[in-house]
Amino acid sequence: MASAPVVSIPSPLLLLPLRIEGLVKRFGELTAVNGVTLELKSGECLGLLGPNGAGKSTLIRSIVGRVIPDAGTVSVFGERADSAGARMALGWVPQELALYPKLTCRENLESFGEYHGLRRGALKTAVAWCLAWAALTDRAQEPVKNLSGGMKRRLNMAAGLIHRPKLILMDEPTVGVDPQSRNRIFEMIENLRDEGISMIYTTHYMEEAERLCDRIAIIDHGRIIALGTRDELVRNAFASRSEVLARFASADDSVAAWVKQRGGLYENGMAQFTIDHATEIAGLLDAATKAGHELADISLRKPNLESVFLHLTGRELRD
Amino acid sequence: MIFAIVRTALIGLRRDRGALALSFILPIAFFTIFAVIFGGRRDTTPKVSLLVVDEDHSVASERLIQGLEREGSLSVKKRPAPKQGVEQPNYTAATAEAAVKAGAAPVALIIPHGFGENPISFGRADQDRPTIQLLKDSSDMVAPQVIAGLLQKVAMTAMPDIMAEQGSKYMDEYAGGFTPEQRKRIDAGLEALRKRKSAESSGQQTALADPNRGMPIALTSRDVVGENKDNPMVSFYAAAIGVMFLLFTASSAGGSLLDEAESGTLDRVLSSRVTMGTLLGGKLCFCSLLAFAQLVLMFIWAWLVFKLDFIPHIPGFVVMGLSTAFAVGAFGMVLASICRTRAQLGPLSTLVILIMSSIGGSMFPRFLMPEAMQKAGLLTINAWAIDGFTKVFWRDEPVSHLWPQVLVLLGVGVVLCAVARRLARRWEYS
Repeated sequence: MASAPVVSIPSPLLLLPLRIEGLVKRFGELTAVNGVTLELKSGECLGLLGPNGAGKSTLIRSIVGRVIPDAGTVSVFGERADSAGARMALGWVPQELALYPKLTCRENLESFGEYHGLRRGALKTAVAWCLAWAALTDRAQEPVKNLSGGMKRRLNMAAGLIHRPKLILMDEPTVGVDPQSRNRIFEMIENLRDEGISMIYTTHYMEEAERLCDRIAIIDHGRIIALGTRDELVRNAFASRSEVLARFASADDSVAAWVKQRGGLYENGMAQFTIDHATEIAGLLDAATKAGHELADISLRKPNLESVFLHLTGRELRD
Repeated sequence: MIFAIVRTALIGLRRDRGALALSFILPIAFFTIFAVIFGGRRDTTPKVSLLVVDEDHSVASERLIQGLEREGSLSVKKRPAPKQGVEQPNYTAATAEAAVKAGAAPVALIIPHGFGENPISFGRADQDRPTIQLLKDSSDMVAPQVIAGLLQKVAMTAMPDIMAEQGSKYMDEYAGGFTPEQRKRIDAGLEALRKRKSAESSGQQTALADPNRGMPIALTSRDVVGENKDNPMVSFYAAAIGVMFLLFTASSAGGSLLDEAESGTLDRVLSSRVTMGTLLGGKLCFCSLLAFAQLVLMFIWAWLVFKLDFIPHIPGFVVMGLSTAFAVGAFGMVLASICRTRAQLGPLSTLVILIMSSIGGSMFPRFLMPEAMQKAGLLTINAWAIDGFTKVFWRDEPVSHLWPQVLVLLGVGVVLCAVARRLARRWEYS
């Protein structure tokens, strides 16, 4: 009896836009990425939030295949990170303005389109789409060197999308951009989200992560120290508690020691305490007065991602 | 305040290795090269190669040749170098001419049959008297003059008895004792000399243009290479200067790799379907095409303005141009791959290209250099390219004769490409 033909059905895990397992990358003594494991769901926007030097860019470059990991694996839609299939599925917006300054916007997009194998009609359509998406159609013939910083950023993003990838990696796309241009960039990214494109978005601005990302991975010293939605991260770190922020009249070492003794965090002249009920503030004020520390300012707030980062690492996000 | 400005500038200079090299190493390197070439060290003074054909085999011709051989500034060859250990026959007039045409030597001296009977002419190059022939390659403007002068000197020093004997013969022939008739003849001679002097003063060119005038040995010279060329050195300089600037262009074009690496564009390109090999291949094509276009422009300019015989030599030009452009393009790739930044590339390429150009013959002809420097020049792209273009435009050699130059240039290009590919691995991944 002849055996039935074997039909290969891809595992749902393999079809994940991105799957990273135990990724390690060292540069000499420095471990830039230290055992990162991560999965990105289809259509999801995952934020990588961390301070400068946390390992975000190295992680992104590992996904793009520009960094050879010392350990671990990266697969893009089930294919190895530096494979031809992964390159076609991936779009990368690097942190640098990786453009040809003497070429026009259109010429830049055409060049990168051709590098991705686009030709003739497909290329023309893709260039037109990118110019429209980046709101640069009327500047198509302008050399890049003549564009404003915000326009260059938008073109930099468009160049990473010219081949209409299914997974986009954006490495701090708003660095050095004025607020108006930043809002324009947010709108562009939200358009992509609406189209169901999967995205990884690195930033050290918590407000960007909160606005754009479905889930957020907090990364520090090459490790993912927390992963979840914004609310999950806050809830896991603080439960229902609130934060008290206090600034003292003097900022000497005795204040820092007293804050630490009371279970708070002291950073850049600002003390942070976590409380379960607002009534606890009175006790805190009394204790400070008794210890001889004059309060200059005090406020109560609901914890945010910055609080979570400070809580988890003992450092501020912009350190 | 001035001290602070000076100190700041000095720190900047100390940390800019390229500027340091340009300031201190390049001048010393160039001084050394020029000192070796023109410094007059006895052991490195260039010798003029001279091919000698003795058709006379007389005592006079042999003594003349021996005299020439004793001259320290000449390298006299009567036969080609042995081939595979087999001695070659002596040069004949035909083989010597062919050798000069092929560039084996700039000058050949043919001592004709019958020379020994009347070796000394005292300025008369008679039709019926056998005269030494000097076959020359006029691209070397120095060697024929040197040899013509040395020939007269050797005649005076190596054949004094023959000169005396010949002098008395002339005395018999023209004087025959100082009779009234002799006096008349001497007076007539003096009158002729006066007329000659007068004609010289008025700038007339008649028989006075005779280069043998007043010389003991009569000599006729003939260009055997480039005899029909309007402007003998144009092809040389078109190639020489062209190749030097090609090297600069290629290094600059190759530098775009460094610009792209510094701006992050290279990373983005390599994250697409473009591999490092493809990228280098593309850059090499660009550099080579640019270099070839530059050569085309240079030679067309030389054709239009300096009457270079371009059209009949187009096939040879294309072969040499493409080979040179390929080698030069690969050279640009290697330079860019060696350097870490554009700032490093500038001084390094200037240093390397100027040294290559000076010893490779782009600044002055290699035949003027000492033998060791001429050989060192063969390590450069310049020398092989210039040799090839000289074959095409100066010696009118067919394309098939260009194989050594083409082979070397293509070989160098392939090796440099392999080196560049190897060095470019640092850009592939981190």
